[in-house]
Amino acid sequence: MFERKVIIASRVGLHARPAAIFADAVGRVPVEVTIAMDAEPVDDAMDASSILSLMSLGAAHGDVVVLRAEGAGADEVLESLAKILETDLDAE
Amino acid sequence: MTFTDRAVPFTGVGVSPGRVLGTVRQMPAPVSEPPAGERLAASTSADDAVAALRAASKAVQAELKSRAERAHGDAKAVLEATAQMATDSMLIKSAVKHINAGLSAERAIWEASASVAEMLLNLGGYMAERATDLFDVRSRIVAELRGVAAPGIPASATPFILVAEDLAPADTATLDPAQVIALVTSGGGPQSHTAIIARALGLPAVVAAVGADGIADGAEVYVDGTAGTVVVDPGAEEVAAADAWATTASRLVDFDGNGRTADGHLVPLLANVGGAKDAVKAAAAGAQGVGLLRTEFCFLGRDSEPSITEQVEAYRGVFDAFPDKKVVVRTLDAGADKPLPFLTDATEPNPALGVRGYRTDWTTPGVLERQLAAIATAAEGSTCQVWVMAPMIATVEEAAHFASMCAAAGLTTPGVMVEVPSAALRSEFILGHVEFASLGTNDLTQYTMAADRQLGPLAALNSPWQPAVLQLIGMTVAGAVAEGHDKPVGVCGEAAADPALAVVLTGLGVSTLSMTPRALAAVAAVLASVTLDQAKHLAQLALAAPSAAAAKERVRSELPILAELGL
Repeated sequence: MFERKVIIASRVGLHARPAAIFADAVGRVPVEVTIAMDAEPVDDAMDASSILSLMSLGAAHGDVVVLRAEGAGADEVLESLAKILETDLDAE
Repeated sequence: MTFTDRAVPFTGVGVSPGRVLGTVRQMPAPVSEPPAGERLAASTSADDAVAALRAASKAVQAELKSRAERAHGDAKAVLEATAQMATDSMLIKSAVKHINAGLSAERAIWEASASVAEMLLNLGGYMAERATDLFDVRSRIVAELRGVAAPGIPASATPFILVAEDLAPADTATLDPAQVIALVTSGGGPQSHTAIIARALGLPAVVAAVGADGIADGAEVYVDGTAGTVVVDPGAEEVAAADAWATTASRLVDFDGNGRTADGHLVPLLANVGGAKDAVKAAAAGAQGVGLLRTEFCFLGRDSEPSITEQVEAYRGVFDAFPDKKVVVRTLDAGADKPLPFLTDATEPNPALGVRGYRTDWTTPGVLERQLAAIATAAEGSTCQVWVMAPMIATVEEAAHFASMCAAAGLTTPGVMVEVPSAALRSEFILGHVEFASLGTNDLTQYTMAADRQLGPLAALNSPWQPAVLQLIGMTVAGAVAEGHDKPVGVCGEAAADPALAVVLTGLGVSTLSMTPRALAAVAAVLASVTLDQAKHLAQLALAAPSAAAAKERVRSELPILAELGL
């Protein structure tokens, strides 16, 4: 199990547009990725390819979330996905 | 015209002129909720139902994606996110669980969406608004599963006449004027959203045409947006009328930028605009200024107040379109049909009579003060004459307070909207504190007649031709005269866009008329056909009429140019 903590960079938090971009990216990677708020137990982690899960997480600008994945290449996948969340997607 | 040998035409209220022929596309009925506990049909296995659900959600996603490709800006982003919701793993997993427990696919997706929507609603603000998108996705999936038309404005390869029970702002936001050539509703009134959007887009429209929602999809009809009639299977007379309109409509596009009566009495014709883009178009259409800048465009669809810098930029865009001309800015008019999460209380039992317009300054002080500061900053360095008015002023005290706020912000021409009958009655004293008044006839009519603007059954009461409304307009002008400083009283409601009513308003002493830019040419043409004395005479005729219908008929019968122009 690989883990990667990320600080949400989007000014509006993980709202519709950033969530759509991120969910789309997760949908394209070969492994299953979960997302949870930093302090929450692993069992509460949600499917990161689900835009509705991402939105219902309610992660605001500056919040820390944890991405998790297993299997070959999972660490590189998490690194590339983390970069998306570390970008202010609304500024583009 | 006789219709004895054919079906009786549907009769409603004509709210936007024009005579056209076309094919009817009915707005599909809203998708009904599948009954609670609806089980899988005995012949359907759970696996089949899951497969059907997945296929339906993919089809909905494809449709939404193709819509997103055709959209721009914010609408595109929302549609892209909504398309993703359609096949969302959390949503589908939850629905599959319900199906495996024995529910029908329709009921399963209904319940799964409801629980996800509840989570979004609990987050509040922007996320809560996304629940609306999820409900739209849900309706589309259920319609797909049932094999019925998707909700919303129908897609069609050819232009059509849209017939609906009524249209909500969310429906008209996706209305493509290149596709829809006329609007007909069985409900709604002359001041309904449908009517306003039809006039803004220049589409012929008939509202409150009872029974029109029963016209067969694909039927050929004739729509007369002046007379308020809809004829199924039109004959030679209607074809000729539509042809004649196509010819006159093309003549009614030019306005020389100088509103006046036949004897040279000047009545500046201004435009109602909702942002810089509108303002540029209005200036190109010859508008002599802006009589109503709706500032809500800066605020709507947001969960927090825009910064002063953002506002300054937005207002300046409008001012720049009208150098050396007048621009009347209406301060934020939130509430009632224009709720704002950070300003208005959506749970009010009677929002039209609630904390709206100027009144939001009492419950959320600061927003108005900052808006005035932004307007003043935007006005600096502009050659445009910036006037500012507050909506929903009811008392002299409120007018005086608003004037003092304007003065503190450095704005020299404060004014008020006259929409509440009390303000019309007290205009002499209100104008003692401010420099001008502008009549908002839509709200003035609904408040005078105690008739909700949106209700079809009250359409007749909601006519600005009501003699009581005209009398209040006359009293507002009389108050301005009595005040003694010749302070202007304009009209910026939908009434000003009706060429016949524009003549009556001029005769009542109104000094400027502000309207949707589409109406400028028609109003100018009719106004130029009468002298000021004739306008005064027509105003007296209307005031003396026993009803709105009689007032309209009497005035129209004395304005032969209306028939000539097909208005």
